[in-house]
Amino acid sequence: MSYRITTDCVNCWACEPLCPQQAVLAAKPHFTIDPARCTGCEGEFAEPQCASICPIEGAILDPTGVPVNPPGSLTGIPPSAWQQTRASIQAR
Amino acid sequence: MELKVVDSSGVREKIRNHPCFSKDAHHHYARMHVAVAPACNIQCHYCNRKYDCANESRPGVVSELLTPEQAVKKTLAVAAEIPQLSVLGIAGPGDPLANPERTFATFAALTEKAPDIRLCVSTNGLMLPPHVDELCQHNIDHVTITINCVDPTIGAQIYPWIFWEHRRIRGVKAAAILIEQQLKGLEMLAERGVLVKINSVLIPGVNDQHLAEVSRIVKDKGAFLHNIMPLIAEPEHGTFFGLMGQRSPSAEELKAVQQACANDMEIMSHCRQCRADAIGMLGQDRHDEFTLERIETLDIDHAAAMERRARVRAEIEAARAAKSQQPALVSLASLTSPKPAAEALPSVHAGQGKSAFAGASFRVAVASSDGQQIDQAFTEVEALRIYQVDNDTLRLIETRPVAVPALLPESGQDLPPVMDSGEGSAAATRVVAAMALVKDCDAVLCTRIGFGAWQQLEQASIRPLSVEAGTATKAALRQAHADWRAETEANIDATPRALSA
Repeated sequence: MSYRITTDCVNCWACEPLCPQQAVLAAKPHFTIDPARCTGCEGEFAEPQCASICPIEGAILDPTGVPVNPPGSLTGIPPSAWQQTRASIQAR
Repeated sequence: MELKVVDSSGVREKIRNHPCFSKDAHHHYARMHVAVAPACNIQCHYCNRKYDCANESRPGVVSELLTPEQAVKKTLAVAAEIPQLSVLGIAGPGDPLANPERTFATFAALTEKAPDIRLCVSTNGLMLPPHVDELCQHNIDHVTITINCVDPTIGAQIYPWIFWEHRRIRGVKAAAILIEQQLKGLEMLAERGVLVKINSVLIPGVNDQHLAEVSRIVKDKGAFLHNIMPLIAEPEHGTFFGLMGQRSPSAEELKAVQQACANDMEIMSHCRQCRADAIGMLGQDRHDEFTLERIETLDIDHAAAMERRARVRAEIEAARAAKSQQPALVSLASLTSPKPAAEALPSVHAGQGKSAFAGASFRVAVASSDGQQIDQAFTEVEALRIYQVDNDTLRLIETRPVAVPALLPESGQDLPPVMDSGEGSAAATRVVAAMALVKDCDAVLCTRIGFGAWQQLEQASIRPLSVEAGTATKAALRQAHADWRAETEANIDATPRALSA
């Protein structure tokens, strides 16, 4: 049931204080989740806390290895709309 | 709790010694920030969480993260060595109130151990309402809230998400919650007599037309000062706005909005957008002198240090009172007269240091397209103008063209949709070329300096000075020279005393 942190993590600390199980470890080169402690926030919160505050797309994987925050989910811009958005922002 | 009403004279008294609030104080008093608050609970499109928050800190410089215990030790050490220290702030690198335990542990210890050092905090405001009362229990009388808009539809273009009540909230709904909390926090602080400054980041095409309304509303709710800061959006910082080609405001745009937002208080135009672990006078940073390693070895007599601070403050105030008869800045008119009288800088340490600088000259590389005003960033400059400033003369020695190889990538090139920090190769090439030209200088004056260049300049003991675009070159040079002299004199007095083993 353990979530995992990938090498995309930027060590921003946001997730560490939120974990109800103290499963997030401030490790180097990037933070990690102790699989023995992580419960996926089952029974504690509706959504896994680390993945709900992580600012980096793709940095946290669910127990099946799928990114909880896939590309476009945090910027609000899906990759397909990237060019178009960039053009409109550049025009400001 | 008893309500305090802050009349404007009370406000003036409160901000007199605060270098970030008073234009005059920042020439006399030092401030420091401690980076104890890494986590953040919102995402701003002008911030890359790989580094410090861009809103309060120069982005791209990762502050040394401190535990509250280390932060307290460091503050007391700095306060003992720099008696001009009047303010300790927590500004990040994330949001102080997203890390309340760390922030309040630091404040509690300092309120007890250094009651003469005033505390301030700078926050995005999301978690302000639940923490206002706890803030008031400490020695805090200044809070800065960054409010970029009061309209959630505009907010949705600035903040893609917030973390609220254990969930990630997106879009207009997120912005509405954030704005509501910010304004509620502002009102609660104002009710309790706490001074609140509002920072706004000017984002062309997003909130430029809207900031006058923000200004009206925040002043109506009790803020005493509105500081409009230009968006920092160089692509090399890897922010969403930077990668998306969002432009920064021009000097004219910034000035126009600042004037539209001016109230009866002076517009704050001396903000240096300094880093979350800055130490020293504004525009100068001595953070590398206070390593944890060194602090561990110090044996400080705190009572004596506090007495010394009181003495130095009294001297500064006496000198300020004497000087208040004279203009703080040399006027441009006087600079163009045949031979302006050298400014008599009051020495806060009579008989010390002054003679050492009486003839010291100061060499500055200036980024200016026309020589009249500072109007270019370090990575934009085509030719650096080298000036020599002495006590009563200001000379342009030469102009040094920045030779950049013609192999620059085409602009408009697609950037990968990643929030990463690869230094833009064009900018990096320019930095290398410009760095080679300033080796013999004491300072670089420009509108903005990227993080790589800033670090390189600091390592070479060259002061990176960024001033508001449009600042008159001569006035900026005079000011830089005066600051340098005053600080160098102050630093003589602040040299470490013998450490007891």
